[in-house]
Amino acid sequence: MNSFTIARRDIAAYLHGYAGFVIIAGILFVEGMLFNFFAMGSDSARYSHEVLEDFFYFQGGCTMVAAILFTMRTIAEERTEGTDVLLITSTASDGQIVFGKYIGAMAILTLMTALTLYMPGLIFVNGKVSLAHIAVGYLGVMGLGSVCTAIGIFGSTIFRSQLASGVITTVVVVTFLTSWLAAEFTEPPFSDVLAHAAIFNQHFIPFQEGRLTLSSLVYYASITAVFLVFAKLVINGRRWE
Amino acid sequence: MIQVNDLTRYYGDFPAVQGVSFTVERGEIIGILGLNGAGKSTTLKILAGLLLPSSGTVVIDGTDMVSNPDTMRRHIGFLPEDPPLYLDMTVRSFLLHIGKLKGMNAGELSKRLPEVLALTDLVDREHQVIQTLSHGYRKRVGIAQAIIHDPKLVILDEPISGLDPAQIVEMRDVIRGLGKDRAVMLSSHILKEISMTCDRVIVIHKGRMASTVELGGDDAGPERIMLTVRADADALRSWATSQPQVAQYNETQNQDGLVTAVVDLTGDIREDFLAEVAKAGFGIRLVERPIAELETLFLSVIQEEVAA
Repeated sequence: MNSFTIARRDIAAYLHGYAGFVIIAGILFVEGMLFNFFAMGSDSARYSHEVLEDFFYFQGGCTMVAAILFTMRTIAEERTEGTDVLLITSTASDGQIVFGKYIGAMAILTLMTALTLYMPGLIFVNGKVSLAHIAVGYLGVMGLGSVCTAIGIFGSTIFRSQLASGVITTVVVVTFLTSWLAAEFTEPPFSDVLAHAAIFNQHFIPFQEGRLTLSSLVYYASITAVFLVFAKLVINGRRWE
Repeated sequence: MIQVNDLTRYYGDFPAVQGVSFTVERGEIIGILGLNGAGKSTTLKILAGLLLPSSGTVVIDGTDMVSNPDTMRRHIGFLPEDPPLYLDMTVRSFLLHIGKLKGMNAGELSKRLPEVLALTDLVDREHQVIQTLSHGYRKRVGIAQAIIHDPKLVILDEPISGLDPAQIVEMRDVIRGLGKDRAVMLSSHILKEISMTCDRVIVIHKGRMASTVELGGDDAGPERIMLTVRADADALRSWATSQPQVAQYNETQNQDGLVTAVVDLTGDIREDFLAEVAKAGFGIRLVERPIAELETLFLSVIQEEVAA
């Protein structure tokens, strides 16, 4: 209950100010451009599913950027404004505070993602793709968004500065994003671990292609849970600092 | 009702608070005094649940706060020096939000909200966006959020800082109102304000409890009187110490032919004593409640620090 109260407040805060709208509008603009120029703008004839795969490829990247932008303010801004006192002295546990922040950010991310539905809708109407492919692709997008949101919440607990929170979140996300590169320069078993850790290349591509992979869903859920627990520990640790 | 036992808090190796113990009863207003860095804010933050103690217990109605922090925060309201407010919300929506965070349901909130708005004199501002409120009204909203859940203990950190004289008087009334049916703890650097608002003062120095002083609320006690008289100091002292109704006599000031003295009487015989003073030929210029004791006590506690 406390988590939903916190989430409701965060959603309202995103929508009261202009920052939330600017981020959503900016990301949608970039996504629209990428869709128009690269996914749709090929000179040669392409299958509809290839266009859809390209859409989800860009959608995945934009969602990661949006998650970082949405979460860099969450707890960092509360600390800067001094309103974190309201949360820490409430009956909400540290876990409920973190989960509430996560739900709020995910709700905004979901809203933004929902506004992109017209693009696969165009492919569906004018081409030949299955609804299952679209649904699985979006499931992957939300999984990727969930991981980046959890990392962003964690980053936001560390610093008062939103910029610093954004930077640390970006560093962690890029590390997970490029771990497949590091895998090429290491020996087994480290190379196997690093290759498996890649949140995009290893785990998103199947969703992009319309293949529902349970192991990737479990991976996304696990990484999300781990970083939310880290965030909870940071908040709890602050009571001892 | 609220028992603080041997509270200790370290920041690294530095002991910010050491062995602080006291009790607070419902209906009591307690002031915490101390120099900057004395440990009063740390003490208040531990009581508010913002920090955890290194050792010691805080027991509210028999339940230990450290063992049950999430539950016990339901019984504590906290206002930091800068009121924590969501500026984009209206007063009403903000207080409803905080009430929910404090575990209240819709029924409890609809009953409690009008009471809190009335107590903090915010009825006319209920639908105003907080960003548009003056500093004084923001403080009131801060107090309102601290009491929306009807806590047993309200903690106010520097509640009058930044307020103008009129707002200070109003805030004093609000705090007294709070203290009628709950325990209130407040910190302030202004000794006069503490002495005018609190029933008891706890002096913290270098992390330790240096002293406690009973102030008796609005009155320092019916036996004590502070008067400024146009007289020769020796003559007044000689006369006063020879009077049977005078238990103790202390001069606190002597300049421009005026003497200020604090007199402890043998009973509540202030009218009779003042009549005797006038009859003895001393010109009474001013009679007031003695607050010098608190200043004297506080200064003596920090004397070592000042000398250093």
